[in-house]
Amino acid sequence: MTSDNYSLSVLRRLEAESIHIFREVATEFTRPVVMYSVGKDSSVLLKLAQKSFAPGRIPFPFLHIDTAFKFPEMYAFRDRVCAQMGVELRVLGNEAAIAAGTNPWDIGTVNCCGLLKTKALLDALKVGGYDAVIGGARREEERSRAKERIYSFRDDHGQWDPRNQRLELWNLYNGRIHAGESIRVFPLSNWTELDVWRYIAAENIEVVPLYFAAEREVVRRAGQLLPVGSKTRLLPGESTERALIRYRSLGCYPCTGAVESDARNVTDIIAELEVTRFSERVTRVIDHDRDGSMEQKKREGYF
Amino acid sequence: MVRPTAMLDAAVAREPDLVRITTAGSVDDGKSTLIGRLLHDAGAIYDDQLEALRAKAAAGATAIDLSLITDGLRAEREQGITIDVAYRYFATPRRRFIIADTPGHLQYTRNMATGASTADLAIILVDASQGIQTQSKRHGFIVSLLGVPRIVVAINKMDLVDFDQAVFERIRDEYGAFAARLRFADVSFIPISALTGDNVVHRSTRTPWFDGLPLLPHLEAAYVGGDTNLIDFRFPVQRAVRPDADFRGYAGSVASGVARVGDDVVVLPSGMRTKIARIVTADGDRDYAFPPQAVTLCLADDVDVGRGDMLAHPNNIPRVERTLDAMVVWMNEAALVPGRVYLLKHTTRTVKASCTDVVYRVNPDTLHREDMAQLQLNEIGRLRFTLFEPLFVDEYRRNRATGGFIVLDPGTNATVAAGMVIERKAAAPASSRESRPVGNVFRQPGRVAGAERAQLLGQLPLTVWLTGLPGSGKSTLAHALERRLTDAGRAAFVLDGDNLRHGLTRDLGFTPEGRRENVRRVAEAARLMNDAGLIVIAALISPYREDRLMAGGIVGPERFLEVYVSASVAACEMRDPKGLYARARRGEIAEFTGVNAPYETPEAPALQLESDTASIDACVDQLFAAVALKAFPPTA
Ligand SMILES: Nc1nc2c(ncn2[C@@H]2O[C@H](COP(=O)(O)OP(=O)(O)O)[C@@H](O)[C@H]2O)c(=O)[nH]1
Repeated sequence: MTSDNYSLSVLRRLEAESIHIFREVATEFTRPVVMYSVGKDSSVLLKLAQKSFAPGRIPFPFLHIDTAFKFPEMYAFRDRVCAQMGVELRVLGNEAAIAAGTNPWDIGTVNCCGLLKTKALLDALKVGGYDAVIGGARREEERSRAKERIYSFRDDHGQWDPRNQRLELWNLYNGRIHAGESIRVFPLSNWTELDVWRYIAAENIEVVPLYFAAEREVVRRAGQLLPVGSKTRLLPGESTERALIRYRSLGCYPCTGAVESDARNVTDIIAELEVTRFSERVTRVIDHDRDGSMEQKKREGYF
Repeated sequence: MVRPTAMLDAAVAREPDLVRITTAGSVDDGKSTLIGRLLHDAGAIYDDQLEALRAKAAAGATAIDLSLITDGLRAEREQGITIDVAYRYFATPRRRFIIADTPGHLQYTRNMATGASTADLAIILVDASQGIQTQSKRHGFIVSLLGVPRIVVAINKMDLVDFDQAVFERIRDEYGAFAARLRFADVSFIPISALTGDNVVHRSTRTPWFDGLPLLPHLEAAYVGGDTNLIDFRFPVQRAVRPDADFRGYAGSVASGVARVGDDVVVLPSGMRTKIARIVTADGDRDYAFPPQAVTLCLADDVDVGRGDMLAHPNNIPRVERTLDAMVVWMNEAALVPGRVYLLKHTTRTVKASCTDVVYRVNPDTLHREDMAQLQLNEIGRLRFTLFEPLFVDEYRRNRATGGFIVLDPGTNATVAAGMVIERKAAAPASSRESRPVGNVFRQPGRVAGAERAQLLGQLPLTVWLTGLPGSGKSTLAHALERRLTDAGRAAFVLDGDNLRHGLTRDLGFTPEGRRENVRRVAEAARLMNDAGLIVIAALISPYREDRLMAGGIVGPERFLEVYVSASVAACEMRDPKGLYARARRGEIAEFTGVNAPYETPEAPALQLESDTASIDACVDQLFAAVALKAFPPTA
């Protein structure tokens, strides 16, 4: 008896908290959905969802908001992994805007995100009639996210009002809503980037290979190393080069910068992150548009 | 291979643990600066984030403003205030920290309570140049109320008082005397300067007289391990897991205590007993489970268990309560309405409840109890709730997981309050209120127990609440039932809404407020008569659902029988025994239910009588049967 250990490691405590949240959502809402962005946080979410309902199946679908600007490796990974895991995946996007050739170079990142991400998301949520939308955002990621609740109330336009949030005490989440309103749920709220990688290591979770260092074609622009995708336009005087890089965070390729790195596997990445002096979102072009741009997007309905 | 225990222990000891901290301070005590300083000196601010701060610093400024690190919202940066709780993450080689950064404004007691609800430790800031403010005490009180076991009082801005030992000691002694009344496990004092970094991460050379640890080393060393309750096994069921015919389990997180395979357990509220057959996780079965593990329990017998039920060891069960005494922090702009129906969310269970008594309000600055009939935003008081269904609770001091609850407004869905269950004064007779002064009126406890009266009268008290449109037949049925009960040798009495309006409720109108007060008074009268042992038959239009719920709360849900006397408006208008519909139609009566005021049909009445079609006798038969079931004990 005395040899029993009654303390959980930080990682297992975080895992337990996330599972608790998943189970609450599955029980208290009628139409939950998980936002699947194909990134590392989504991979962890998927694992946690499986653990939460084992030996049963995950009782809700996953939704990917596609902008047609994701890396080709992400599409391949998404389709293979979701099929393999038996996940019910729904892919939706702002088809009209995609057909019209919407891109960040012509209209700027703010407008592009507004059309391809926020509008697509809000439309998809409306069509699906989802009352709980689970996302992988973490409070540590960005300063307006540090203010998020685990259950984050959204009005019937999907908007966030940071001045008027519901109080959240203990692990008692308030999921009561009127018709049309919804709750965004963040089971990874208390995880850090390092926790995510340590969990990926501990659980042997597969992630998109773009997180691992490899020689890839990039272009240097305004202090960022940008990938060269099929639609990337080079500015006068620019040329591409091959560099040993990896991505710390994955989004649309026009707006996702790479970092020079030789971290070729999860262990390397953890070692790299333990000493890095740069935040995760430094490579996200969209966050820097203006002061508080993430907050503004969140208010409008973005994650 | 057997690993030497020493090695295992070392591995466990090296694993950093997670400590949750909350911060409290009045505006300008330097809380933002301190958190910024901690994060900065602990290396938790990335270079690009520092760069962004430098870019924003006023031209010519040499030092960056550390307080800006924590302001997450644009309005906060623009107005230089903290609006909402934010959570910060940082780690040292020894520990992981989550800091809840809560605003210090007077009106934000609620945010502080939020941050404190999950904290292992609280940092309370005091500005050395200002001394202890009323608010500093308030912060300590809230933190203790929310069960944070240890506090560090960071006496800040020591640079402004020349690191004077006397200033530090004066504040320490004064606050120490106050904190001694608050039952903390540990109270420490540290003289710091958040601005210059003295005693925040590194020991200051300017306080040679201080022999304690600087703040961060203190946080790294603080003992938090023993705060988990490993004694009282409580397992609130989140959901049943039934993927196929072969597997049936109950998913949940262990709230407290330890459970093992083979343990006897009792299911609340059903009281069924069984054993734990398996402890299942996605990573394989376990021999035991402890908090806060999320597991799935399989039981040896095929008992009925669902969300909101709780498993416990049969020799150690929580209190099963229909009346709850709690310290409550009111957190909503709309004040508490005694008697109104709220929702209480506790573990995985949500029940309807109404506050039947504001026992007292606490003045958080003096800790004195004040007599008060309600609670407003950011006020704290002791309340008694009547629950419509039982909750399984422990005293908050003993068990945060099963002692805390939130209060929701069923209309706006807002979280309006947080409650901490406290011990109930022993032997308070069911649904009677404890003796306490209201102005100069003291309650005199009775000497005759309800059970004695029940035995004397051979019946249990009950309130039959007849609701329905004017003319639906409530009064007729009430008096017919009273006759039938009296003939059967039972003590019953009719409270007829119309008759009472000549006396008890003479001063009231027919507005929604007037109707609510009418219902409240009649319900109070019914309760008194129930206390006297009588069966009460109340006949009242009581058109609003919420008012009827309130009546149930006042009378006590266990002795309240809601009966819907159902008849269409057309049928009632045809009968119109008092000619009132006709007058209402002519516009002579304003707010006449059914004509120009609403009637909300009961959602789930205990009994529904179709007075349109059924005869009076048939209706009274049904009523009598329902009363007999509840009020006549089998032996009587
Ligand atoms: N002299 C001095 N000033 C400080 C210290 N800590 C904070 N301040 C100043 O006090 C003011 C309020 O600090 P801030 O951190 O914004 O307070 P908050 O409202 O509690 O978050 C700012 O002007 C700070 O620079 C300190 O240790 N010494």
